[in-house]
Amino acid sequence: MMIGLHHYLVLSAILFLVGVAGVMLRRNALILLMSVELMLNAANLALLGFARQFGDHTGHGLAIFVMTVAAAEAAVGLALVLAMFRHRATVNVDEIRLLKG
Amino acid sequence: MWESLFFWVFGSLAGFLALAVVIFKNPVHSAVALIGNLFCMAALFVLLQAHFLAAMQVLVYAGAVLVLFLFVIMLLNLKPHELGDAKQTAAKIAGIIVLVWVGFRILVHVAGVSGEGFEPVGDEYGTIEAVGELLFGQYMLAFEVASVLLLTAILGAVAIAKKKLW
Repeated sequence: MMIGLHHYLVLSAILFLVGVAGVMLRRNALILLMSVELMLNAANLALLGFARQFGDHTGHGLAIFVMTVAAAEAAVGLALVLAMFRHRATVNVDEIRLLKG
Repeated sequence: MWESLFFWVFGSLAGFLALAVVIFKNPVHSAVALIGNLFCMAALFVLLQAHFLAAMQVLVYAGAVLVLFLFVIMLLNLKPHELGDAKQTAAKIAGIIVLVWVGFRILVHVAGVSGEGFEPVGDEYGTIEAVGELLFGQYMLAFEVASVLLLTAILGAVAIAKKKLW
């Protein structure tokens, strides 16, 4: 059986769902951030699959922007985790529920 | 033939490593599993003829973002009781129910796409030259805005993580 867009899309959906599962079932802020990275990567896989299907490079450009945003998000997210740990000595996101510092 | 073999090997490996990221208790183990997952994704990008993106995936993700993750994990040096995954059965059951529903809907949609092989593309597809022409031509403005975003992220990360700014 030939590998086509279909296979890549199903794989991308599965990886995305694993990422969603991580965000919904884990409470450790570090693992939450890693799950978000998983989801962004799954989106990249779908973008590149469509780009391959249509022989067009636009998906590649968009995937590069997704990578940029993921890097920025990881940097700011990890800074927040650091600040949160310094303040409250916890990385459990359920314990951070006040807007007050 | 080889293409489908590589797809199945790297695809299933990526799936299992993604599961490992979510399941492992220790964040260091999760981060290492995530590095493996990103390498498998890079291999899949190569199968999709996105050679430049595959190189970027290894350099930017495995090389920079994951190192940042590992630095922060080691810096926090969490004790086992600080890992922060208390037993919350009700919330977890609710999460699983939502997950199954969303997963079902997504997979039903995706499974409807027709499953034929890809058309062949030329040698220049997915090279730095082709992607660069796109980025520095049609998407020049977006490219520059992305650099401003990165600068903002650097400043924001420093401002948030530093104890005293001045």
